[in-house]
Amino acid sequence: MQHRTTTLFTLLATMVVVLFALDIAVGSVNIPLSDIWAAFTGGECDPTKAKIIIDIRLLKAAVAILAGAALSVSGLQMQTLFRNPLAGPYVLGVSSGASLGVALFILGAPLMGVASSPLLSTLGIAGAAWIGAAGILAVVAAVSRRIKDIMVILILGMMIGSAVSAVVQVLQYLSNEESLKSFIVWTMGSLGDVSSSQLMLVAPAIVAGLAVAVAAIKPMNILLLGEAYARTMGLNIRRTRAMILLSTTLLAGTITAFCGPIGFIGLAIPHLSRMLFRSADHRILLPASALTGSVALLLCDIGSKLLALPVNTITALLGIPIVVWVVIRNKNIV
Amino acid sequence: MIRFQNLRLGYDERTLIEHLSSEIGAGCLTALIGRNGTGKSTLLRAIAGIGTVQEGTISIDGEDISSLSAARMATLVAFVTTDKVRIANLRCRDVVALGRAPYTNWIGRMQDEDRLIVEQSLAAVGMSDYADKTMDRMSDGECQRIMIARALAQQTPIILLDEPTAFLDMPNRYELCTLLGQLAHDEGKCILFSTHELDIAISLCDSIALIAPPELHIMPTQEMVRSGHIERLFTAKQEQATNFVSNLFSAIKQ
Repeated sequence: MQHRTTTLFTLLATMVVVLFALDIAVGSVNIPLSDIWAAFTGGECDPTKAKIIIDIRLLKAAVAILAGAALSVSGLQMQTLFRNPLAGPYVLGVSSGASLGVALFILGAPLMGVASSPLLSTLGIAGAAWIGAAGILAVVAAVSRRIKDIMVILILGMMIGSAVSAVVQVLQYLSNEESLKSFIVWTMGSLGDVSSSQLMLVAPAIVAGLAVAVAAIKPMNILLLGEAYARTMGLNIRRTRAMILLSTTLLAGTITAFCGPIGFIGLAIPHLSRMLFRSADHRILLPASALTGSVALLLCDIGSKLLALPVNTITALLGIPIVVWVVIRNKNIV
Repeated sequence: MIRFQNLRLGYDERTLIEHLSSEIGAGCLTALIGRNGTGKSTLLRAIAGIGTVQEGTISIDGEDISSLSAARMATLVAFVTTDKVRIANLRCRDVVALGRAPYTNWIGRMQDEDRLIVEQSLAAVGMSDYADKTMDRMSDGECQRIMIARALAQQTPIILLDEPTAFLDMPNRYELCTLLGQLAHDEGKCILFSTHELDIAISLCDSIALIAPPELHIMPTQEMVRSGHIERLFTAKQEQATNFVSNLFSAIKQ
C-alpha cells in the first residue's frame, strides 16, 4: 500500500514535469526541447522563440498546472463536504456563480460607466467571480443542510446554472458590442488568456486556497463519517464548513474568473485519484488530486493545441466517461 | 457519571421528556427503551452534546456539559449513531483510527500509542481480521462492530449507541450486547444504548432507562421488571402487542 502510494506520487510528479516541458514545446510552432532549455538557462536561442517560450507558453503551462490543481482540490473538498460523489465546482453551479459575477462585471461595468484600467478590471473580474462563487456556494450549502437527498442538490445546481445563463443572456442583450465580445471570448474558456500581471493575482490566490485546503485535511477526514459523528469527535462543523467554502471560492472562483468555465476536471479528477491511490484519506487524496489535476489539464491543453479545439471541449471528452462510471457505480446511492 | 438535573427535552412546542433528575452510573450497561418518537435519540444526542436542551442541565462527573468545549466532550463521550458508514476505499483500520482524532495533531498524525489503541479496539470487538477490508463490502453486523471499535478508540468513559441492534439478526444482537456488557464491566465504562429489543434489555442489561412520556425512569433491571412500567408502556392499545409482551414476560420469568 505504502509502496504503491510512493510509486504513484513519483510517477505523477514526473509526468507533471515532462508534460510541462511538452506543453511549452507544442503549439502552432513546435519548439525543440533543447531550445526551451536554452531559453531558460540563458543559452543561445532565437530571440523570437525565446519570447514565445517565456511570455506565452511558459505562462500558459504554469496556468494549466495551477488550474488543474485548483479545480481538482475544490472538487475533492465539495465531494467530502456535501457527501456527494457527483459534487464539483461546475456541477453545483459554483462556476456558474463565478460566471454571473464576471458577466455582471464585464457587461455591467461599461453600462455603469466605470473606467476600465487593466488593474481595476483584473481585480474587478476576480472580485466579482469570488462573490458570485461564494454566493452560490452559500445557497447550495444552506439547502444541503436541510435536504440530504443527493439528487435534489444536483438538480438545484443545474437550476442555478440555467438561471445564471438566463440572466447572462439578458445582460448580453442589454450590453454594447465591445463588452459583449470580450464576454463571449471569456466564456470560451482558455488557459492562455491570463497575462503575467494577472498571474500575480491568480498564483497567490490559488496558493492561499490550497493552504486553507491543507489546513482542512483532518476535518475532512473526520467528515467522512458524517456530521453527527464529526461533532461527537470534537470537530467544529461551522469553522470547517467556512474553511472549505473559503478554499473552494478562492480555487474555483479564481480559475473561473481568468480561464472561463472549465468543466469536469473538478468532478472527475478526485474520483480518478481515489481509484489510483485506493484511499479515502485526504492526506493522500489532496496532493494526489492536485497532481492528477495538473497532469490532466496539461494533457488537455496539449490536446487542445494539437487538435485546435477549446480546452473546455477536451476536458468534457475526458471527464464525461469518468462521471458516467461514477453514476453507474453509485446507482444504488439514492 | 451522567447526571440529569430538572432536564427538559423536546422540539419547539413539543416536550418529550421533562422534570428529569436522575443519574446513570459507571461500569454499567443501560438499555434505553421507549416507544417510537418518545425521545430516545433526542436524549442520546443531548448527552453527546449535539442536541438541544430546553431546560435543566446534563453533567458528566460533576461538570455541566454545556460549559465543556467540543474537543473536551470528544474525550468524555463517544457516540455510535444510526448513520450507515459505507465509504469506498476506507479500510476498517482507518475508520477506527478516526476515533483517535481528538488526540492527534492538526493533520491527524498517528503515534505508536495511537496505533496500538486502534489494534486493541479492533481486537476488543473481534474484528482484527477485518482491519484491511473496506466497509462497503461488509455485513451490517460487521460494520456495527467496526463503529463500536471506533468509539472504543476514542477512549471515553461514556459510550452512547443509538439502536445498535437494529438490522442485526438474533445471534448478532445477543453477541453485540454481551460484548457491550463486557466492556462496561471490565473497563468500567458507562454504556447507554437505545433499543426496541425488550428481551435483550431485560436479560443482558444491568439497568433500564424507560421513557414513559413525559417521564424517564432509570432503575436496575430487576426493579424495573417488578415495577410494572414496562407492561404499562406497551399495553397501550393493540391487544396483539399486549399479548406478545405478557407472553414474553412469562417466558422470561420462567
